[in-house]
Amino acid sequence: MKTLLASIVPFALAAMIGATPALAAEEAAGGTPHYPIHHPKEVEWSFAGPFGTFEKAQLQRGLKVYSEVCAACHSMHLVPFRTLSALGYSEDQVKSFAATHETEDGPNVDGEMFTRASVPSDYFPSPFPNVEAAAAANNGAAPPDFSLLAKARYVERGFPQFIFDMFTTYQEAGPNYIYSLLTGYEEAPAGVVVPEGAHYNPYFIAGPALAMAQPISDGQVTYDDGAPETLDQYAKDVAAFMMWAAEPHLEARKHLGFKVMIFLLIFSALLYLTKKAIYSRMDH
Amino acid sequence: MSGDHSTYNPTTGFGKWMDSRLPLMRLTHDSFVSYPVPRNLNYAYTFGAILSMMLVVQLLTGIVLAMHYAASTGIAFNSVEHIMRDVNFGWLLRYMHANGASFFFVAVYLHIARGMYYGSYKAPREVLWILGVVILLLMMATAFMGYVLPWGQMSFWGATVITGFFTAFPGIGETIQQFLLGGFAVDNATLNRFYSLHYLLPFMIAGVVVLHVWALHVTGQTNPTGIEIKSKTDTVQFTPYATIKDGLATSVFLLVFCWFVFYMPNFLGHADNYIQANSLKTPAHIVPEWYFLPFYAILRAITFSIGPIDSKLGGVLAMFGSIAVLFLLPWLDTSKVRSAVYRPWYKLFFWLFVANAIFLGWLGAKPAEGTYTTLAQISTLFYFAFFLVILPVLGLIETPRRLPNSITEAVLAKRSGSGGSKPAAAAASPETRG
Repeated sequence: MKTLLASIVPFALAAMIGATPALAAEEAAGGTPHYPIHHPKEVEWSFAGPFGTFEKAQLQRGLKVYSEVCAACHSMHLVPFRTLSALGYSEDQVKSFAATHETEDGPNVDGEMFTRASVPSDYFPSPFPNVEAAAAANNGAAPPDFSLLAKARYVERGFPQFIFDMFTTYQEAGPNYIYSLLTGYEEAPAGVVVPEGAHYNPYFIAGPALAMAQPISDGQVTYDDGAPETLDQYAKDVAAFMMWAAEPHLEARKHLGFKVMIFLLIFSALLYLTKKAIYSRMDH
Repeated sequence: MSGDHSTYNPTTGFGKWMDSRLPLMRLTHDSFVSYPVPRNLNYAYTFGAILSMMLVVQLLTGIVLAMHYAASTGIAFNSVEHIMRDVNFGWLLRYMHANGASFFFVAVYLHIARGMYYGSYKAPREVLWILGVVILLLMMATAFMGYVLPWGQMSFWGATVITGFFTAFPGIGETIQQFLLGGFAVDNATLNRFYSLHYLLPFMIAGVVVLHVWALHVTGQTNPTGIEIKSKTDTVQFTPYATIKDGLATSVFLLVFCWFVFYMPNFLGHADNYIQANSLKTPAHIVPEWYFLPFYAILRAITFSIGPIDSKLGGVLAMFGSIAVLFLLPWLDTSKVRSAVYRPWYKLFFWLFVANAIFLGWLGAKPAEGTYTTLAQISTLFYFAFFLVILPVLGLIETPRRLPNSITEAVLAKRSGSGGSKPAAAAASPETRG
């Protein structure tokens, strides 16, 4: 097996490295432009790596940014209020936070739908009744739902980076993309035609410009924990919050993973010693 | 499966009573305890055990997932998220199942590579090999249909593209496609039948696995020398020798598997599949899962028409042909020598084949344009040339290295070569010790 692997790798590397420069050159020479124009910036996230955990204060700030800014257009319909206790809120805090929202319920005894204050078992209400309404109100482009967005965006990292990613357990492409997009708005360079109603952003994954204008800027949301009220901080906080919304059991997964890894390492070591003892009886 | 190696000796009253009525324990004992295996099996021979474990992992996680999943276009996507968020350890079940599919293919490709390297498919093991290729085909169908179930963007568009292949066949193509889809487009009927088949096929795999193991136990295992077992000193008992080696390899394999499940569960998937299926919005790149990429590259490499066969049909035929050719492998390889260890040229071409297969996989993930297409055509040509030209010709012109007379001789030669100090008599008869 050792020789098997040792022989595969150099062949594969040689084959790929040999081919890559030629291809890159051709891409640069023209043809279809590739988006995003810039690769996402890389942020140091508290939840990255095998021992990563969410920073509760950051998630609370992210929730604040979402509620005060993003929620005006973006739904988050898979996330129930009850799960907010994971952000460090007490049961009462979750209840009173939910109560600041309205949920449609019914039908009542008269057969009519009605709205009532939300309770923890309700899900975040959506700002628009349906996708069509969302698109109509936003220049034809419906704002994507936030529930899974942090896992639904990935910018190709290419060879050989994706090999290294297996060892560094890189799973933060989504939050990096969101952070980069929020902080990436700029004036369109000369020669780039930005369609009417679109906004230039070299980090946007599907073109040079997107329908969303820069949604947030310095000082727009008041933090009560002393964190800087800057675009940079807002973007980080809301991206971290979105990662939590998309992967609420991330911490439990990594905690359990550590135990499983320790178990398997010890188990493998014991099996190895047993194997050695058994095979010492003979030549093989 | 029971042969002259049967050493099962029931000791309890119930054991004896049962043995004369249904010798299930004898069968198990003879197959997995006293069964003789070559003494020189290396770790490349542990993937059978690893694959058995992965099949069980997929079945168990899949059965529990099915208790929470709903196969309906309106709620399938959200029911998967319900599993991820609300079901106790649902995230673990789902990540194990999704990554389990990938690692099933990791193991099966290494298993196949081992079979090719050591010539395991040669007489009298042709049926064993063919059953293995049948399992591979069933696995591919199962994995493809399983990927459709979460009803994400890549599920939907992958299903659309793959079932679209069948329209390439003249005359009956569209009928076949509509039969597969249960309609004119990928929709609720498609999702439901894929779910039904995704639940059925793994049990068919299990059935063919039984035949595969049966065939294996009839012919006996090959080994790195490719020489058949000649005497008792060539073999050791399955338990403890093969059992402990399989156990260790399985445990190490699980370590790698768990690294992905717990620390990077979405690395092998597509981000687009976290967006619910939308028939009006085509993703920028429709790419299959990594384990289909080499075949996808072959499909797209055919960009030209050959006589009455247009490029689309040509691509589909090339893709199916790339698997079909595996069925013929036992007869395409004309060499009498099994193991690549004694075939210097075959060894070289084998590793080129492996590198080429990986390269095809990389090309499959790239857009089908410009240089990529040319490279894919060269790679595809080599893929088929390996089976249809290189293997038949090599067997006729290659001068193999001298083969040892027996497994025991090979083992002892290796041992004395590396400075072993055991008395030859004791080493030559492991059964008398231990």
